[in-house]
Amino acid sequence: MTPVSSSSDGPLAVARLDGVTRTYGPVVALEGVDLGVERGEVLAVLGPNGAGKTTLVKLLLGLLRPDSGTVRVFDRDPSHRHSRVRTGALLQTGSVPATLKVREHIELFRSYYPAPRPLDQVLSLAGLSGLAERPFGKLSGGQQQRLRFALALCGDPDLLFLDEPTAGLDVEARRALWQGIRELVARGVTVVLTTHHLEEADALADRVVLLAQGRIVTQGSPAEIKDRVDGRRISCRTRLPVAEVASWPGVLSAEQDGPAVALLARNPEDVVRRLLAGDSDLSHLEVRSAALEDAFLALVADSRRETPNDSPNDSSNRSKEVAA
Amino acid sequence: MSALAPTPSSSPWTFQRRLRIYRLEAGYELLKMLRLPMYSVPALAFPMVFYLLFGVTFGQRGEMATHLLAGYGAFGVIGAALFGFGVGVAIERGQGWTEIKRASPMPPSAYFTAKIFMSLVFSALIVAGLSALAVVFCDVRLPGVSWLALTASLLLGALPFCALGLALSYVCGPNSAPAVVNLIYLPMAFASGLWIPIHVLPEWIQTAAPALPAYHLDQLALAATGLTTQESPGIAILGLLGFTVLGLAGAHLGYRRSEGKTWG
Repeated sequence: MTPVSSSSDGPLAVARLDGVTRTYGPVVALEGVDLGVERGEVLAVLGPNGAGKTTLVKLLLGLLRPDSGTVRVFDRDPSHRHSRVRTGALLQTGSVPATLKVREHIELFRSYYPAPRPLDQVLSLAGLSGLAERPFGKLSGGQQQRLRFALALCGDPDLLFLDEPTAGLDVEARRALWQGIRELVARGVTVVLTTHHLEEADALADRVVLLAQGRIVTQGSPAEIKDRVDGRRISCRTRLPVAEVASWPGVLSAEQDGPAVALLARNPEDVVRRLLAGDSDLSHLEVRSAALEDAFLALVADSRRETPNDSPNDSSNRSKEVAA
Repeated sequence: MSALAPTPSSSPWTFQRRLRIYRLEAGYELLKMLRLPMYSVPALAFPMVFYLLFGVTFGQRGEMATHLLAGYGAFGVIGAALFGFGVGVAIERGQGWTEIKRASPMPPSAYFTAKIFMSLVFSALIVAGLSALAVVFCDVRLPGVSWLALTASLLLGALPFCALGLALSYVCGPNSAPAVVNLIYLPMAFASGLWIPIHVLPEWIQTAAPALPAYHLDQLALAATGLTTQESPGIAILGLLGFTVLGLAGAHLGYRRSEGKTWG
């Protein structure tokens, strides 16, 4: 298990959780989480559905209280108005009142803050210029998400929480939102975002925290996490059954990928030797380094091995997320 | 480091800024609902259509026309309050909108003040519309003081129903709220004598009516017009205050129970 507490105690932590546990009845959403968010960083909280990502964000926003442990934002209780005027939040939510126009929504939210960002800046950062007079209900899905993003920017926040900001967006809308996030980061805004898109974490984050079943499995820069898995991607066309290959020692995962078999293996040399020995007609052999996605898969699998009391529901979620 | 030092714990806003939040919140709440025909059309039109049907087309004059004015006035303001609060808050919570507001530094009281304002404006429009119909088509003539008393009792009398609506919003989910509110609103309106004067209704309904908040508002409005009533204005006000306390207590309980219910 990787030590996880090293970076949570820095003097520059703008937000932190110490020993936080939160349950919903019998369900443990977060268990003993220690996490510090440092000024100016982009922290991606990565994990499958049900891992506790949204709970973590809601605790940091003061929308939920921990059962035990402490949550501090700007050295205050997160529900304190003085921390709220310095934070912005994009939550996973259904709907914003449909009959009010983009400009009206933004103007109202700007009034909540002592030093709001000018309307034009909010519109352009969120990519809503030209849509100011359109009612929320007449926006496309991607534009609606951009309005939620705009609302998070109204207060010119120092700290921005984005809960699955690009969930349900098409590729183009996702890239546009990433661009907006990058512009804010360049201005020194600290960002905490949750995602189950590994590509998103890789593209935006300085640091990735991997959450599974309410616990931090590991954390580090995207590159560090990739390095932490010495696995390699192997792909080839072979007559060997996938199920058999999957059971070989060192094979982390194996799946059929069109005509080819795709493997993630810890010891690629041994696996390749065995593949060639087992199938003399094997072709299209390829070996390359693992992506963040593979690292994620391997690390979650490791954490599961250590906690055998998994619910079957979780593991089905996991394969779905990773495939996405 | 200076950016991390806690700021003094005073309000982050000046008085003017705070006032501006309340003003914008109230203005946009009103605009939002006026633009929502699903709410604004029935809220504004139903009481007037009913008055036209039962007051004007039946050629009611004098006392009966005044009676119906008080009754449909109460019916209208209760509807605006129950639907604006009960259904409005339930839907906004169900959609996660309330949570976005809560995560912002908006003072929670601004949200509720805005909804009260919105429901009062609707109530004022309803009372004005009904009064105009009563004067023009039914020759209702009241002394100026009575008009004032009627308007004031209907507007202030709507507040207990804001509280009751808020409590209901925590009992029902966003999808069931409109049905539940209608199931309470319409039978209560009938049994309280808002549509047909209470003294014409069966004895047993008259006996049970004081258990309904709408009955007390109707009695208060009738007293304001100078008509004879079954209970004194003082008792009616006490009854309405009682239901206000009940509504606020229910809302408080519901609010505490709802915390942390939605998660993912």
